[in-house]
Amino acid sequence: MTNVSVTVNGVAREADVEPRTLLVYFLRETLGLTGTNVGCDTSSCGSCTILLDGESVKSCTLLAAQVDGKAITTIEGMATDGELHPIQEAFRRNHGLQCGFCTPGMVMAAASYLIENPSPTEEEVRHSLEGNLCRCTGYHNIVKSILDAAGEPAGAKA
Amino acid sequence: MAVTEKFVGQPVLRKEDPALLKGEGSFVDNMVVPAMLHMAVVRSPYAHARIVKVDVSKALEIPGVVGAWTGADLADAWAGPLPMVWPITEDIKTSDHWPLTKDKARFQGDGVAVVAAESRGIAGDAAEAVEVEYEPLDAVLDIEEAVEDGAPLVHEELGTNAVVHWSHGGGGDLSLFDGAPVKLQLRYEAPRLTPSAIEPRGALASPVPSLGEFTLWTSSQIPHIARVTLAGTTGIPEHKLRIVAPDVGGSFGGKLDVYAEEALCLVLARLTGRPVKWIESRSENLSVTIHGRGVIHDVEVAATEEGKILGFRVTELCDMGAYFQLLTPGIPELGGWVYMGPYDTQAYWYEFTGVMTNMTPTDAVRGAGRPEATYVVERAVDALARHLDMDPAEVRRINFVPRFTEDRLSLMGLNVDSGDYLPAFERALELADYEQYRKEQAARRENGDTKHIGIGLSSYIEMCGLAPSNILGALRYAAGGWEAAQVRCQPSGQVTIYIGTSPHGQGHETVWAQIAADELGVGIDDVEVLHGDTSTSPLGMDTYGSRSIAIGGAALHFALEKVKARARTLAAHELEVAEDDLEFEGGSFKVKGAPDKVRTITELAASAWTAHNLPDGFEPDLTASATWDPKNFTWPYGTHVCVAEVDTETGHTELLRYVAVDDCGVVINPMIVDGQVHGGVAFGIAEALYEEILYDEHGNLVTGTLTQYLVPSAAEMPSFELDRTEMPSPTNPLGAKGIGEAGTIAAPPAVVNAVVDALSHLGVTDVGKPATPERVWRAIRDAQGGGA
Repeated sequence: MTNVSVTVNGVAREADVEPRTLLVYFLRETLGLTGTNVGCDTSSCGSCTILLDGESVKSCTLLAAQVDGKAITTIEGMATDGELHPIQEAFRRNHGLQCGFCTPGMVMAAASYLIENPSPTEEEVRHSLEGNLCRCTGYHNIVKSILDAAGEPAGAKA
Repeated sequence: MAVTEKFVGQPVLRKEDPALLKGEGSFVDNMVVPAMLHMAVVRSPYAHARIVKVDVSKALEIPGVVGAWTGADLADAWAGPLPMVWPITEDIKTSDHWPLTKDKARFQGDGVAVVAAESRGIAGDAAEAVEVEYEPLDAVLDIEEAVEDGAPLVHEELGTNAVVHWSHGGGGDLSLFDGAPVKLQLRYEAPRLTPSAIEPRGALASPVPSLGEFTLWTSSQIPHIARVTLAGTTGIPEHKLRIVAPDVGGSFGGKLDVYAEEALCLVLARLTGRPVKWIESRSENLSVTIHGRGVIHDVEVAATEEGKILGFRVTELCDMGAYFQLLTPGIPELGGWVYMGPYDTQAYWYEFTGVMTNMTPTDAVRGAGRPEATYVVERAVDALARHLDMDPAEVRRINFVPRFTEDRLSLMGLNVDSGDYLPAFERALELADYEQYRKEQAARRENGDTKHIGIGLSSYIEMCGLAPSNILGALRYAAGGWEAAQVRCQPSGQVTIYIGTSPHGQGHETVWAQIAADELGVGIDDVEVLHGDTSTSPLGMDTYGSRSIAIGGAALHFALEKVKARARTLAAHELEVAEDDLEFEGGSFKVKGAPDKVRTITELAASAWTAHNLPDGFEPDLTASATWDPKNFTWPYGTHVCVAEVDTETGHTELLRYVAVDDCGVVINPMIVDGQVHGGVAFGIAEALYEEILYDEHGNLVTGTLTQYLVPSAAEMPSFELDRTEMPSPTNPLGAKGIGEAGTIAAPPAVVNAVVDALSHLGVTDVGKPATPERVWRAIRDAQGGGA
């Protein structure tokens, strides 16, 4: 077993896990944070996207042991005092989700991207989401949600 | 509280969203039950192989493994095979489909053994430790070769791979196909696709051993159909089996089925006395969750020199895969009723042959039969326009059925409930700047550009709102097509709806609440919609075939009417007036001419619950239920326009514009309807440009991960421009038709027609589907007579 100590959503967490434990299963099954979903086994779908020291990563591509000592934010850490994060609020306002399974990954990817590029064009948002798949929305309202969260009008071209 | 605000027709934000946005979804894999075991399935690496020996002894030696079973070990566990509920002809040849195969593996991924262990990891290790000796056999991987004499047989006992032949029987004057001035003979192919919902499938079976009771949480579109059919497979009596579809992470047909793994979880839970969970990996999802399409269409078009279409005659070979799943043989038939599109033709013929192959079973993928039909019709209309050197818009314009507002008997033999195809068509062309793009297309051709513009049209009708039970019976489907709703007005002021539809992203909790809030005059936050659990909503036929609003919404409407009628009786009793002296507005019954004499629905719910002073014969509690069986299907329609830019040097296609004008009747929530169109169109664009299931010559699935099976991302999709016309459906009291499949039905021919149109001046008449850069490049090369 390997000991892993991390800060998750501002709270120190520690556990002994099998060395082969993926970070996503550490979050879901060891810590009970099931908001981060698993949609594939090739790091293609992005459902498991989280923030690691503030940057988006796919938590199925890392072993839990690799993040020892780091700070993690998951979808459960986005709302404050029950109030949705502005990106979550924008997804709700713009119907940016349907089944909701890819949504946590989309929100986390967007949170990281809008720090990198606070005023993106539609084209830039679309390319920033290349690693996150959605099957319900056709991406139209996801893109609109992220532009809305950034304060940019939908339909702005590069 | 009485509320006068109206919700129907408004873009009400979804009740479902806050929990899903915060990561509080109840997806199956989020559930943990004490003492839960994890299941893994041992799957055949061969497409076709005799099973010589299965040895589970090494798996059983692994610490943490609780059990391992072969197909033979479980032979006595089953009360029946997995369900197929649509034997479409009397002489269909069927073979029993067991959750684990005992004799042969018939496709790569066929289950041969199963293990249960204390953790997900140990279950995976144990599955790998099971030793299986196979004798590989020649595999049948091509539907044309499969029906030739001497082809290997998927099921020897059936004596053939051509297991079902269904003919519509024809309509109109079939001699027109011989005597028509213009006759085209065309062939189109629809490759296999897979639904690939982002949440893979999953199931968790939990037993109460001493009572023989089981709860199965399963990622499914169809908890009610799963309950009755899994009772048949496992022998668990239906009244001891509760099925729950919790939050379901998309489906698109993939979860409109009853699968081996659901039955295996139940049976292993019975054998071990412990809860058993199985979560599908994406690789499993691509290889064992159903595929769809897989059709070769031969079509004859008869027409006049002026472009008047006289008829379509269609003959198909359809890939059924290795086994019949729940609806497999009936899927082509669903398309077999719309091979005339929105056009006023005079002759109709449709038939298909279903062929078994050593590939994953096929079944319903979003649209199910109707995308295939629309693709053929709309590609053929463009081919006719090219043949006659006419504008494809003009060919459509002169062929549409004229406006009708009540049932019209179509040439194919069913009544279409309403339609006005031309306004939606003209609006789509206007929005898309059709004439402007034709000019730009001509200019680029004139200039000899390497990037060319193509404009693709697709006008469709779809048969939705599945389905009138008497028609289902005539078509040999094993169940009905009605829907059920119950309404309970609680004494504390809230309203609970128990509905038989089972959503997986469509927003029923919001839309059904909009309907109830308006009809009862209560606030939308005071309405809760419960669904997907056979213990709370015991009646229902679930969600598929764009049926939920058209049938479930109508059932809800009638349950609300009954509740209101009961409330009126009670109000008249309490106010000591005749029922006719009351008017209902904003949630209150008021005495006409004496507006201070009032009873609100909430007050009446409380007095019906206390039951202290009820009229004679009035049953306590303000509740009512209704089931409703439609008299007809609903028939949405519309026109989509795609403008594409095709690079003739690389074969790359870029979508510049995508316009959709749909008519789904009365819209309850325009935000949600738009979202359904967006998703449907994206699914269709993916079918047109990216997605294709491929096997190698040995039957190995080549597209076995999302790195090879190309589900497009946001970067590949355009923005969508939408509009609607609104012809209310006369079939149900809401006037709604359904919208979940329209985009997927309309989009593939719009996109492929655009690609072909961009290249037509080079002599290209087809590129195939998906229109990948390689296919486009080859089509240009072939049209120009070039070699390699």
